[in-house]
Parts: sequence; C-alpha cells; structure tokens
Amino acid sequence: MLLAEVLPVIEHSAEKAEESSSAFIIHHVMDNYNLFGVFPLPRIHLFGIDFSITNHVAFLFIAAVLVFIMFTRMAKAYQKSLVPSGFNTLLEVLVVFIRDEVVKPTLGEGYQKFLPYLLTVFFFILTANLLGLVPYGTTATGDIAVTSALATIAFIVIQGAGMAKHGVVGYFKGLIPHGIPSWILPVMFIVEILGVFTKPFALAIRLFANMTAGHVVILSLIGLIFILKTIYVAPVSVGFALFIYLLEILVAFIQAYIFTILTSLFIGMAVHQEH
Amino acid sequence: MDFSWAYLAAGIGAGLVVIGGGLGIGKLAASAMEATGRQPEATNDIRTSMIIAAALIEGISLFGLVITILLALK
Repeated sequence: MLLAEVLPVIEHSAEKAEESSSAFIIHHVMDNYNLFGVFPLPRIHLFGIDFSITNHVAFLFIAAVLVFIMFTRMAKAYQKSLVPSGFNTLLEVLVVFIRDEVVKPTLGEGYQKFLPYLLTVFFFILTANLLGLVPYGTTATGDIAVTSALATIAFIVIQGAGMAKHGVVGYFKGLIPHGIPSWILPVMFIVEILGVFTKPFALAIRLFANMTAGHVVILSLIGLIFILKTIYVAPVSVGFALFIYLLEILVAFIQAYIFTILTSLFIGMAVHQEH
Repeated sequence: MDFSWAYLAAGIGAGLVVIGGGLGIGKLAASAMEATGRQPEATNDIRTSMIIAAALIEGISLFGLVITILLALK
C-alpha cells in the first residue's frame, strides 16, 4: 500500500530532478487535470469560468455516489427487518452515535428537522477523507474550494434556521446576550456579526488544513529518501510514514466528527437563542 | 527581489505555530489527566471534551501553518 504511494513519487521526482527537490509535494496535493495523474479528464469552459472535471471533482462525485449507494441500500434493508445485518450494522452504529451523542445534546429539541442534513455532512466528509487514504486516491476535502462549499451550505442552514424561527430582525436582536450594560451594545453587535461569518470560515479552513497537512507530512517523509539520495534512511522514513498514515485515519474520523458537532452546535445556538 | 527572507519567515513562523499548539494541547491534556484521576467514572465525558478541544486548538495552529506554507511557496 505504501509502495503504491511511493511509486508515483519516484516517477515524478525523476522527471523533475532539475526543479526544486520539493516540487513533487505540491504536485501531489494540488488539483490535477488528469485522473490518478494518468487519464485525461474532460475540460469544460463555460462563460469564462473553468468547470473542468479535475481530480478532486471526480473524487467528489465518487464519494457522493458511494454515500448514496450505501444509504439507499440501508434504507431498503430496513423495510425487510428492523435488525440490520452485514455492513449496515456499522452504518447503524455510526448513525445512532451521531443522533444520540452529537445532535441531540447540542441541538436540543427540534433536532429531527436537521438530522438528515447533519448525517449527510458527516458521512460525506468521512467518505471523502477515507477515499484520499486509498493508494492513488485524492482527498476531495483537501481542496479549499470543496471545504468552502461545505461551510457555505452550513452557513445558509444556520442562518436560515435562525431566521425561520425568530424572523429576520428578531434573529439579529437575539444575537446579543441579555443583561449587559448598554454602553457596550455596539461593540457586542459588531463582534456577534463578525462571529457569524468567522465560524463557518474556521470550519472550512480547519477541515482543509487538517487533510492537506497529513498528506504533506507523508510525502515529505518519503521524499526525504530522494532528497538525501541514500537508501539507509528508508527504514526510518517508511516507519514514520506508516505511523503518520495510521494517524491520518484517526484524523479523518475526528475531522468529520468535529465538523458535524460544530455545525450542530451553531444551529442549536441560532435556533434556541435564549440561553 | 530577494525572496530568502520569506523562507526564513516561514521557518520561524512554523516553529512558533508548533510551540503555541503544543503548549495549548499539553495544558489541555494535563488538566484532562488530572480530572480523570480525581473522578474515574467521568473518563468518557472528559475524553470526548478533550478531543473536541484538541481539534479546535489544532484548527487555530493550522491557520498559522497555512500562512507559513503560502509564504514558503511564493
């Protein structure tokens, strides 16, 4: 498995030996017009914006299709018997965990309306993260555009939920906590408005940076063999890279969980504004 | 234009980011261990809160890391 990760590094490092010795790191975590670096993908230019299907977009589609297939099969299996079997047991454990430990405590009552969206977010991010760890796979969430899109949708859901419950003006009035002296009201208002925008921005950056940083560390450790041009550093390098690889699997789960729990916390704070 | 200052800044910045993140998460882990020692029945709740707080602190240190990477790549 690690060999399949090292082979592309070998080819590219040999090609680009005249460039800076760390160019392969950027080449491997950035977007690419070819699938797996080999098969060219369709390029579509509409109205001057680049809509080409790149590496990350193709893996976005793959993750979406996988999540769709997994859950439609699970839904059909529930019509036959209430007790799941096979792969559905794993999915049921995760779904119940998200519903009971993540959404119910943080959202409070009325959580059923947001449960489908939060479950989709969790499983989509988890699938996209794990697909990036498969050899020759790319992390779709390792792209700031993808995580910004997820954060924008979270922003729309949070503001929409708050405004649907309290009305547009009432929502903004409820942003400021009660029982504070009136001379810091303007400052509090500005701080809360800024907070409305920085929270989804932090969600996007946290997910993107965590996913990309892990891959950069693995590529740097393996690339150390080529930069130092000696084979004797290989046992240490591959050992560390294996350890970081296992840590990456843990980080994939943790980041999906953190995105979901923070989104559900923000929705809860917007809907139940009276603390 | 001399770009070597950018590499120096990126290196120093990355080191500072690691110091900040390491100190923050170390303090967090220390108080989590102490709390678990005082009341072992609350281990699960403490562990969950610890993981959430660690991910948030790591998010901040990764903000700084993104800026240093941008500096080093220019």
